[in-house]
Amino acid sequence: MLDKNGIAKRIAQEVQDGFYVNLGIGIPTLVANYVRDDIEVEFQSENGVLGMGPFPFEGEEDADIINAGKQTITTMPGASFFDSSMSFAMIRGKHVHLTILGAMEVAENGDIANWKIPGKMVKGMGGAMDLVASAENIIVAMMHTNKRGESKILKKCSLPLTGVGCVTKVVTNLAVLEVKNNQFYLLERAPGVSVEEIQNATEGTLIVDGEIPEMIL
Amino acid sequence: MINKKVNNVEEALQGIKSGMTFMLGGFGLCGIPENAIAELVKLNVRELTCISNNAGVDDFGLGLLLQNKQIKKMISSYVGENDEFERQMLSGELEVELTPQGTLAEKCRAAQAGFPAFYTPAGYGTEVAEGKETREFDGKMYVLEPAFKADFAFVKAWKGDAAGNLIFKGTARNFNPNMCGAATITVAEVEELVPVGQLDPNNVHIPGIFVQRIFQGKNYEKRIEQRTVRQRS
Repeated sequence: MLDKNGIAKRIAQEVQDGFYVNLGIGIPTLVANYVRDDIEVEFQSENGVLGMGPFPFEGEEDADIINAGKQTITTMPGASFFDSSMSFAMIRGKHVHLTILGAMEVAENGDIANWKIPGKMVKGMGGAMDLVASAENIIVAMMHTNKRGESKILKKCSLPLTGVGCVTKVVTNLAVLEVKNNQFYLLERAPGVSVEEIQNATEGTLIVDGEIPEMIL
Repeated sequence: MINKKVNNVEEALQGIKSGMTFMLGGFGLCGIPENAIAELVKLNVRELTCISNNAGVDDFGLGLLLQNKQIKKMISSYVGENDEFERQMLSGELEVELTPQGTLAEKCRAAQAGFPAFYTPAGYGTEVAEGKETREFDGKMYVLEPAFKADFAFVKAWKGDAAGNLIFKGTARNFNPNMCGAATITVAEVEELVPVGQLDPNNVHIPGIFVQRIFQGKNYEKRIEQRTVRQRS
């Protein structure tokens, strides 16, 4: 079974040379730490920066240079700043190749819910609805089940949706799943996790075709 | 040169009334019009509708207007950092219209650019699209979103001149350029008001035509919401 860093490490393998990538808050942010250093990748943050770098050294923080999580950041050589409308032109216009974000629920038809729990304080969707409605390649980073052990990989989302039919891949603490034809396809197992365990933790339709390899991390 | 310069924030906010709709630039506390917000608190105008990506924190940014119960309605994409906001929202004192961030930016830009509305894929099939016109283009569904209408836009820039030309710094740019010219009157406050002719026209981000009033701001706090650093190895 993977921890958050393990999930991020596995997702980092999906990042290819020449990709512009938008990372959501939470586990997705960790992905940047594990991208191979022999490929060229630029990270976009929707508040208006392309070519995000690591956190600044202490004393070098700049209040005018933050990411979408409102954290102080630095920029890489070749970086650029732009306004919010242009930022979402990059996203909506499909210029950003890959979006990685977290979710509360994912359904077998590709629906995603990650912004609102009825009865709880709603903080808002931020840029998530724009991101999921536009990106062609959306990877969701999440835990397979909730704290009560109930599946978050569902036939149908129960929470208010963020987007419909948009998720292409899910990486959880247990497995890598592909979402297509209204089904989840089991591609890989987390180290030490059996197919049966994954089946038991998955409420949505799970297709297990042949031998399922263990992830190589 | 058409002069847009006013002497101070008091002059810049002339004509402000209760019940108006304002646009306010900024992402979190980054690039917010600190001087205009402080003056709005002083003027004590009420029943305001505020269009702003976020709602500040409890003791800064739009949080100051919330503390003073001056805001009737917020139109934002994310409002998570503010306890007073949460209290007013849950008690029903404050109306909140949550809007996807890209849609929020584009509703500003559409107002700036003279588009009455636009289609976006964001929010299709979700509660954001409820009651809105939808349409299919090339097999994909889109939602019709109208441009914003506002009385004043308050923006903050790094440098500007009396002609109203603006240059922004870093990610403090965010929604500010999209709000310029998107309201009846755009008020720009700048960290540095430079003599006309000093800004290289090649480097101007927002031409002065989109700005009605500009003033030299003062006492910028530029608070950091999440100070994240790495250790020197």
